[in-house]
Amino acid sequence: MNDVVIGTGEAVVFWILGPLALAGALGMVLSRNAVHSALWLINTMLALGVFYVVQEAPFLGAVQIIVYTGAIMILFLFVLMLVGRDTSDSVVETLRGQRVAAILLGIGFAGLVGAGIARATRDLPVAGLDAVQGGDTSNIEAIAQLLFTRYLLAFEVTSALLITAAVGAMVLAHIEREPGTRRTQKELSRARFLTDRPQTLPGPGVHARANSVAAPALLPDGRPAEDSFATGIDPQEVDQMPRPTGRAQLGSPDAALGTLDPAPLDGGRQP
Amino acid sequence: MDTVAADGLLAWSWLLIALPLAGAAVLLLGGRRTDRWGHLLGTGTVVTAFVLGLLCTLQLADAGGRPVSVELWTFIETGSLDVPVGLLFDPLSAVFVLLITGVGALIHIYSIGYMAHDPRRRRFFAYLNLFVAAMLLLVLGDNFVVLYVGWEGVGLASYLLIAFWHERPAAATAAKKAFIMNRVGDVGLALAIFLMFAQLGTVTYDGVFGSVGALAGGTVTAIGLLLLLGACGKSGQFPLQAWLPDAMEGPTPVSALIHAATMVTAGVYLIARSAPIYDETPTARAVVLAVGAITLLIGAIVGCAQDDIKKVLAYSTVSQIGYMFLAVGLGPAGYVAGLAHLLTHGFFKAGLFLGAGSVMHAMNDAVDMRRFGGLASRMRITFVTFGLGYLALIGFPFLSGFYTKDAIIEAAFDRGDGWGYVLGGVAILAAGLTAFYMTRLMLMTFFGRPRWDEGVHPHESPSVMTAPMVLLALGSVLAGYLLVVAFPLEEWLVPVFGRPEAAEHVVAPLVVSALVTVVMLLGVASAWMFVGRREVPVTAPARVSPVVLAARRALYADTVNESLFMRPGQWLTRALVFLDNRGVDGAVNGLAAALGGSSSRLGRTQTGFVRSYALGMLGGAVVVAGALLAVTAG
Amino acid sequence: MTLTHYLVLAAILFTIGAVGVLVRRNAIVVFMCIELMLNSVNLTLVTFARAGGTLDGQVMAFFVMVVAAAEVVVGLAIIMSIYRTRRSASVDDANLLKY
Repeated sequence: MNDVVIGTGEAVVFWILGPLALAGALGMVLSRNAVHSALWLINTMLALGVFYVVQEAPFLGAVQIIVYTGAIMILFLFVLMLVGRDTSDSVVETLRGQRVAAILLGIGFAGLVGAGIARATRDLPVAGLDAVQGGDTSNIEAIAQLLFTRYLLAFEVTSALLITAAVGAMVLAHIEREPGTRRTQKELSRARFLTDRPQTLPGPGVHARANSVAAPALLPDGRPAEDSFATGIDPQEVDQMPRPTGRAQLGSPDAALGTLDPAPLDGGRQP
Repeated sequence: MDTVAADGLLAWSWLLIALPLAGAAVLLLGGRRTDRWGHLLGTGTVVTAFVLGLLCTLQLADAGGRPVSVELWTFIETGSLDVPVGLLFDPLSAVFVLLITGVGALIHIYSIGYMAHDPRRRRFFAYLNLFVAAMLLLVLGDNFVVLYVGWEGVGLASYLLIAFWHERPAAATAAKKAFIMNRVGDVGLALAIFLMFAQLGTVTYDGVFGSVGALAGGTVTAIGLLLLLGACGKSGQFPLQAWLPDAMEGPTPVSALIHAATMVTAGVYLIARSAPIYDETPTARAVVLAVGAITLLIGAIVGCAQDDIKKVLAYSTVSQIGYMFLAVGLGPAGYVAGLAHLLTHGFFKAGLFLGAGSVMHAMNDAVDMRRFGGLASRMRITFVTFGLGYLALIGFPFLSGFYTKDAIIEAAFDRGDGWGYVLGGVAILAAGLTAFYMTRLMLMTFFGRPRWDEGVHPHESPSVMTAPMVLLALGSVLAGYLLVVAFPLEEWLVPVFGRPEAAEHVVAPLVVSALVTVVMLLGVASAWMFVGRREVPVTAPARVSPVVLAARRALYADTVNESLFMRPGQWLTRALVFLDNRGVDGAVNGLAAALGGSSSRLGRTQTGFVRSYALGMLGGAVVVAGALLAVTAG
Repeated sequence: MTLTHYLVLAAILFTIGAVGVLVRRNAIVVFMCIELMLNSVNLTLVTFARAGGTLDGQVMAFFVMVVAAAEVVVGLAIIMSIYRTRRSASVDDANLLKY
């Protein structure tokens, strides 16, 4: 009793967005960079949102796009930026046989479930949702009626779950610091004036021939200024840009000092 | 046995046990604080107990010797087994109480001098008091369980006292040997008590003796034989005689009190007390006879070849207790004779041991008679008292041994059958041997040329030691006459054993006495021939006849015990240990190791990699999906 | 074109997500794969709601989304705190719980 006939338009949408969703899923699994994975996943989720709308669930489609794609995936990207964005997965599989077994089992699972579903739903009657929505009752109204009647308890429990999750996340992400250990700006500046060098440290790249943060400042004799090194970054050798010829004709201060070679940097260029 | 409830002083007879027990408790718990006066307290309690025992006995005599029972409390109360703790003060108990407390008091006094220089004298007196308490409990208890408690108590005290000088390996070993061999006998006694309870449902003397006649003959015989096993263990009778000579490693007063006068006669007491049981079983009684006769000969033969003065006396004790077993094995005719010999033996053997202790005291604790000699002039009191004990032991006419030993031999002949002649002959032969080895002892110790070690200066012992010896010597001389003629023990014990019918004498008593005396004189004479006439070699001659060699080795009793029980026991133990280590433990440990190994190998699959686990889950999901599909499609 | 197509597509997406969980080591990517699996289930729920003619499936999908949101928040917080102590977001590095 195929009440509802699936129209050609829907078929067209499916055959366009279905492969796109698949491509997004595969891309997520296969891309080495986690940010790319997230973008691929967003692609799939958008496609699924459209599917929801097509399948008479406009509310869920909107939620999918706004909440899932908009909020949750942004949260993913946010955490990715905090955690190891630049560490791409190595291609080498450490667990022996894991990849092969996973792919074989995946193909087997997909085959079995797909075949089972195809077999079970070949003649699935499509009742359609016209009886419960459409006309006077919109999709949102119908869902709201269900949520606040039959599923009221589950809905309330869900709110408790969300509160708990929010508190839990705060607790987990919070860094406990002993009260009083944090130094105020006043204390910091007072401490700096007690040192030998009250003025600010030289910025990286200043007096150098590059403005990269990885390039140390150069002293007048060409040596790098040690205290201009950025913490956490290995100092890179300054590219030896050709000096302006005009300057060479004028006679460089380097030449006056008796050397043209830049002083070698500690460690040299990183391989 | 109809008893009457105790009244008057007899109601306080439990003090007999409580006094020495309290003495032992005070001395053991009081520690060093009691060191200065501990020996006086220990002696005082026993002397008081003796006075109390004497008064109780007089009251008993006034009442015509009717047995008196003293109910104390109920020890064990169960559905079918009630064990009351009560005392039975009857003529038999009374003579034992007097012997234990009397001889015990004298030996306590003697020990004050003998142990004067021992740093642990207080503990010695505590153990002696403990022994006296346990021994009195043994003879006063009115049921077999109380008797058993006392029986184990004297065993414990004996163990503690043999090992009193436990720093000497020989003493420690001897104590262990005595303890283990006593356990063998105690198992027999315990089994006998179990059997009584199982068959009769009671363990009181009244209950058992009243209903033993209703039992099947085999059961009664079994009870009798098991009781005999217990008696043999405690009294050093064949085949459990080997521990008693070794027990001489203990201090000499212990040898005198425990291993001569009192504890080792507990077996005789047990058999005499159980007379109603043996009345029902001629088989067990015959075995008692056989044990007595065999032990009597073994003790006498081995005694002839020993050079250790205390060992000679110990084998003499074994032999004399053999006489007593022989007597009580003869049945009603012999009980009184056996008990009379027990009492006189208690006097003269205690006196002999104290004399030996006095000699050892003089000779720097030497025991080898080959190094004595010529002591008669140096130690007059010891010589005289020891000599009187000697004469009493060998049965010199009209001294105590003469009366009581003759009575036993007469009773043996009075059996009337062939066995009676055999037993009487054995007893007479042993009397001759006794005369031989005792004369040998006397000659080697007190006569001849001095053969002392360098630096030994014999001297008489202090009066605190000689006074008890004198009293015991008096007892040795007079006890036989008193017990047999003046105040017949036979009359006194009528309430216990009944009045025996006047025996028809197969051989006239006069003839027996004459025969015994002649044989005794022959023994003395042959001892003079072999020992007295010649110089005694300081070291034992190596070339001797096989008989002498066997006697020196105590007729190979230790060898037999070791090869029959010790070695197989050790093999069995080793086999069991091996089986336990390799078999039982091996199976258990092997199972544990197998489980442990396989589980640790299984544990390797728990790699901690969450992706491996997820792979397993996906595999499971595939299987479930496949199964579902197979079911629905099929 | 029937609803079966949606269901098969959901099954394939679910499988891809599962395989992704198995082969990726970055914990955040693993999380994304789990989200993909949840989404494929949602698609199934919506499809069956349409076939059955009631809205219960859609309500269920809604609850799945809510729970997924909560799960993502807590999960990411856990990943961050692990990263803070171990300087690593690899699921293979957290393997202390083993034999």
